[in-house]
Amino acid sequence: MRYPCVQISVSHISKTYAGNVLALDDVNFSFNHNGIFSLIGKNGAGKTTLIRILSTQLLPSSGGATINGFDILNQTREIREIIAAVPQEARAVPWMTPLQTITSYLMWRGYTHSDSREMGKNVLRTLGMEEQEDKKNRNLSGGQKRKVLVATALASEATLIFMDEPTTGLDFISRKELWNLLASLKRDRLIILTTHYLEEAETLGDLIGIMSEGNMVGFGSLGDLRKRVRYPLSIKIFSEDFDTSGIKGEVQKTAQNSIQIYTGEGEAYELAETLLSRHLKFTVQEINLNTIFESLVRGDELNE
Amino acid sequence: MNRNVGSQVYASVLVNSIYAMLNYPVTLISTLLAPLSILAVVTFASHGTLLPVAAEGALIMNMVSSGTSLQGDLSHLKNDMRLQDMIVSSPTGPGVYVFGMAISEIVYSIPTLIVLLIFNVLFVRTTPLGAIVIFLDMATIFTFSISLGFLLSTFSSDIVQSWAFSGILSPILTTIPPVYYPISYIPLPYRYLAYVSPTTYAAQIAQNAVGFTTLSLGTVVLYWIILLSITALFGYLAMKRSRWRDV
Repeated sequence: MRYPCVQISVSHISKTYAGNVLALDDVNFSFNHNGIFSLIGKNGAGKTTLIRILSTQLLPSSGGATINGFDILNQTREIREIIAAVPQEARAVPWMTPLQTITSYLMWRGYTHSDSREMGKNVLRTLGMEEQEDKKNRNLSGGQKRKVLVATALASEATLIFMDEPTTGLDFISRKELWNLLASLKRDRLIILTTHYLEEAETLGDLIGIMSEGNMVGFGSLGDLRKRVRYPLSIKIFSEDFDTSGIKGEVQKTAQNSIQIYTGEGEAYELAETLLSRHLKFTVQEINLNTIFESLVRGDELNE
Repeated sequence: MNRNVGSQVYASVLVNSIYAMLNYPVTLISTLLAPLSILAVVTFASHGTLLPVAAEGALIMNMVSSGTSLQGDLSHLKNDMRLQDMIVSSPTGPGVYVFGMAISEIVYSIPTLIVLLIFNVLFVRTTPLGAIVIFLDMATIFTFSISLGFLLSTFSSDIVQSWAFSGILSPILTTIPPVYYPISYIPLPYRYLAYVSPTTYAAQIAQNAVGFTTLSLGTVVLYWIILLSITALFGYLAMKRSRWRDV
C-alpha cells in the first residue's frame, strides 16, 4: 500500500529574536516524502527555531512555509490537524503515570477516554513499557521518561511528527530501541527530528538537513550530501612510510600508525592502483556523515 | 476525524485537577485555608457581626483565586513541562484548552466551595432571586479572573514570575478591596480607590442581594454594567492579546 507523502516547502524563512539575535537566515528547502528527516547542527544553529516555526509554535520574522499546501501563517487549523510535536525540554508530568500521560494527550487531540486509553496501552506495549504503565513518571528512568513523551506523539494519528532531540540523554541501548521504533513507524508518516548524534541522523535519516549559523548548508539524502563535498572517499593506508606528497586530497596521520586520505573518485582509483602495486594494506570507504558535516559546516569548497 | 470536544475539556480537568488532587491531597487544604483564614480573622475582629459578609466574601475570593491560580498552573505546564507547546501543535485550540483548564480550577475548588456554601447556608439569608444573582455574580467574576489568568500566563516565562503575579493579584483583588467587609468601613477619600477593583462591584452586588447593603436599582444596574464591561474587556484581551503562538 502506498501512503500519501507529506509535502513541506520552506521559502526564505528568517527569524530574529529580541536583541537582534539572528536564529534563521533565509532558509529554503522543499520535499515530498515520508520517512525520517534528520536535522543536525551545532548548538545554536537554528534547528529548534526551525522546528518550532514549522510546528506552528513560533512565528517567523519573514518568509513562510507550507505543509501539504497549507500555509503555516494563516492555515494553522488545517496543519494542526495532522501534526504532533515533542519539544526539546518537554517533561512528563511527574505525578502522572505513562498511561495517564498518553491518554490525556490523545484526549486533547479529541479521542474519547476509552479509545485514548486503549491506544496508550498499545503504544506502551510496542515500546516494551507495559510494566511501567501505572508507575508514576517521577519513578521512571530518564530514558523511560523520554520514551513516554515520544510515545504520546507516536500514539496519535498525526502524519507529521516533530521531535526535538528525542534521544538526548539516553544511553546507547535506549537510543537504539527508540531508533527501531521510529524506523518501524516511518512508513506512513514523516518524522522530523533534530539530533546532536550524527550516527543517529545517518542511521535513521532518509533525508538529512545540516544547519549552521541559521543557514541550511546541506540538504538531501546521505548520497546527495556526499556529492556536495570535495572529497567523498576516504582511504586508510596501514603504513607510515607511504609518501603522500603530490596526492590531491586531505591527508591526516592517524594514531594507529596509518594514514587517512580524503580524496575524489578519480584520485582514489589511481591511488588504489599504486597501493596495490606496492602491496600496501589499505581500505576505501565512502565518507560518513561526521566528515560531511564537518566539511559543510566549515564551508569547504563544494562540487558543483 | 471528528474531534470530541468533551474529551479535550476532560483532558484538562484530569491533568490539572483530578490527578493532582489524588496525588497531593494537601493542596486541597491550602486551597481551603486562604479564604477560611481571612473569614476567621474578620469574624473574630468584628466579634461575629461580619461573619455573614465575610462568608459571602470568601465565596468571591474563592472564585477569584481559582481564576488567578489558572495563570500559575498554565505557566507551570507551559514553561516547566512544555505541555502547552505540545498542545499548540495539536488540534486543540486555545479556547478549548483554557475552558478545560478553567473547569479544572472549579473542580479543584469543589471541596472549598462545599465548605463555604455550608457557611453561607448557615449564616446568610437570601431569596431564590438573591441566590441566582449571587451565582451569576460568581460566574462573572470567575470569567474575569480566568481571562486575566490566561492573559498573564501567556506572557509569563517562568513559574517564579507567575508566583509574583499571584502574590500581587491576591491582595489587590481580594484582601484589600471590600470583599470581606462593607465598603463603608473604608474612610473617604480612600473608598474611591476600592472602585478600581472589579471585585468591589461583585462584592457590592452580592451584599445587596442578601441585604447587607442597600443599593438603588440604578446603582445595581451600573455595577453590573461595569463588572460585565471589565469582564468583556479582559475576555477580549485574553483572546486577542494573549500569545498562543510565540513571536
